Amino acid sequence: MGMTMTQKILAAHTGREYVKAGEFVEASLDMVLANDITAPPGIKEFYNMSSGKVFHKDKIALVPDHFAPNKDIQSAQQCKIMREFAYDQQITNYFEIGEMGIEHVILPEKGLVVAGDVVIGADSHTCTYGALGAFSTGVGSTDMACGMATGKGWFKIPSAIRINLVEKPSKWVTGKDVILHLIGIIGVDGARYKSMEFCGSGVKNLSMDDRFTICNMAIEAGAKNGIFPVDNRTRDYMKEHSIRDWVEHTPDSDAFYDEIIHIDLSTIRPTVSFPHSPDNTYSIDEAEKISINQVIIGSCTNGRMDDMRMAARILKGRRVFKGVRTIIIPGSQKVYLQAVEEGLIKIFIEAGAIISTPTCGPCLGGHMGILAEGERAVSTTNRNFIGRMGHKSSEVYLASPAVAAASAVMGRLAGPEEVEVM
Amino acid sequence: MDAKGKAIKLGDNIDTDLIIAARYLSTADPYELAKHFMEDYDDTIVNKISQGDIVVAGKNFGCGSSREHAPIAIKGAGISCVIAENYARIFYRNSFNIGLPIIESKEASERIMDGDRIRVNFNTGEIENLTKNETYKGEAYPEFIQNIIKNGGLVGYVKEGGNRENEI
Repeated sequence: MGMTMTQKILAAHTGREYVKAGEFVEASLDMVLANDITAPPGIKEFYNMSSGKVFHKDKIALVPDHFAPNKDIQSAQQCKIMREFAYDQQITNYFEIGEMGIEHVILPEKGLVVAGDVVIGADSHTCTYGALGAFSTGVGSTDMACGMATGKGWFKIPSAIRINLVEKPSKWVTGKDVILHLIGIIGVDGARYKSMEFCGSGVKNLSMDDRFTICNMAIEAGAKNGIFPVDNRTRDYMKEHSIRDWVEHTPDSDAFYDEIIHIDLSTIRPTVSFPHSPDNTYSIDEAEKISINQVIIGSCTNGRMDDMRMAARILKGRRVFKGVRTIIIPGSQKVYLQAVEEGLIKIFIEAGAIISTPTCGPCLGGHMGILAEGERAVSTTNRNFIGRMGHKSSEVYLASPAVAAASAVMGRLAGPEEVEVM
Repeated sequence: MDAKGKAIKLGDNIDTDLIIAARYLSTADPYELAKHFMEDYDDTIVNKISQGDIVVAGKNFGCGSSREHAPIAIKGAGISCVIAENYARIFYRNSFNIGLPIIESKEASERIMDGDRIRVNFNTGEIENLTKNETYKGEAYPEFIQNIIKNGGLVGYVKEGGNRENEI
C-alpha cells in the first residue's frame, strides 16, 4: 500500500523508506515555534530536560503575538521571559514589535517554512503551513521544549481523509467558506488524529491565501494537519519569499485514505458558523440575520492581503452601521504596509473602521475588542467557543472577510451580495 | 497505581477555552489556573471538587487550542484522572507529557453519572464504578506512551535518554 503526502514527509524525516498509519516515529524537525503564551512554560521545561543550549538557533521561531503588544503587567512579564531566552540563546527568528506579526502569517511570509518541511508549533493553528506542502502541526509547551532541546519530535503516523476539490469558487466565496463548509460536513471531530489532504482540479483555483486559511482551520475538524499539493502557485510563493530549497511530495497512486470527500467549489455559498461550535454552519442564505455589536477582520486565519482586499471591496465608499465596532487587524507589518500602499487603510478609516497593529488580540479574548455580556460579533477568526472573545454569554459568528465587512455595513449578519446591490 | 474519587461529569467536545479561558493564560501556575477551571461552563464546579476526583467526559475532550495550561489546570484543581470516550490529539499528548493520567473508555463515559464513586487501576486499565457496582475496561496505552508514563512525563523520558530513534 502506498503512502499519503503526510506519510511521505514523515518517512523522509525519520530516514525510512516506508511508514504506515498508527506507527510511532521520531522525526527530525525543520522548525519549532512558540508564542508569548506557550513559550514561557516551555522554556522552564527546556531547562529541566536539556544541557541548556537549543539544538539549532536558526530553526526556532519565537513570536510575541497573543497578548502583545503587552496588554498588562503579567503579559509583559511573559514576553520578557521569551525575549530574554531568545537573546540568551541567540535565536535568529525572534521577532520583536516592529518585525512582529501573527505567527502563522509571518512564518511563510519570511520564508521560514517551505514544502517538505516538518514543523511543530506550540499553537494549535501551526497546521497553517500545510498550504505550502509541509507537514506542520500544533503541540503543547513540553513537546515544543523537547523540540528545542533535541530537534526531534514524536509522532503517531496519521491516516488521512482525502478532500477532492473540483471547479471554481464563485465571486464572494473564499477559502474560509470552503473550510467552514467542510467542517460543517464532517464535524469538529470529523478528522480527529487524521491528515486532511486536499487535491483535485479545483486546487489551482484557490490562491495561496485561500489555502493558508483552509489549512489553518484543519484543527477545527480535529485534524493533525491539513496539506495541499505543491503547484505553480506554491512554487511562485516560495521563490518570492524564501531562499531555501524545498522538496515536493505527492501521494502514491495507491495511497490509502479512510474517506474521500468530494467538494464542488462552485456550489459553495458564503458560510457562517453560529455559536458555539465551528461545525454549527449555515449558508448565508439560510442564516438568521442576527443584529451585531462588533466585527473583527484579521487573525492567523484571515489576516492576509486577499482578506484585506476583500474587505476593502465591500467597504469602499460605504460606512459601517452606526454602533458596530469594526476592527481590522492586518496579520503582519508587511500586510499592513501593502494595505497602506494600495489605499485600503484609507478605505477602512473612511468607512468608520479602526485599524490595529498586528496581534491575535480579540480572537482569544485577549485584548483589542473584548465582548461584554450578551454582545455579538461577526469575526473572521477561527473559534466561537463559549467565552472565546469575552463574556461567557457573548456570541461569535465565524465568517469570511466579505461576510464580516458586509455585516459591518448592514449592522446585522449579511451576505456580500446584499451590500453589492445597495 | 490507583485513582479514587467521585465523578465530575462533563459532555462532548469540551474545549480548552472552557477548561481554562485565555484571559487567565498570563501565568502557567497550576494553582492560579485551577481557580478558574471550567469557569465559563459552571463557575461553582471548582468548589465541588475534592482532591482525587475524576473528570468523566464524552467525545473529543480537550479540543481547540494547544494550551498545556488546560491539563495543568485540571491537575491543579485536584483531579486525579480524566476518563473520556476519546480525546483531541494535542490535549492527549499534553496530558501524558505533563503527567496527567487520562483513559479512553466509551463504556465508562456512557455509564458513569455525576457523583458516582470511581476507582481506576492504571496498571490494568480497569475502571470500577463503586456506586453502581460495575466495571469497565479502559483502552490499553501504546507501548511508546507507556514509556512516557513510566518516566513521569516527556521531560523525564527525554532525560532518561528515551528520545532516541533506535529505541522507538
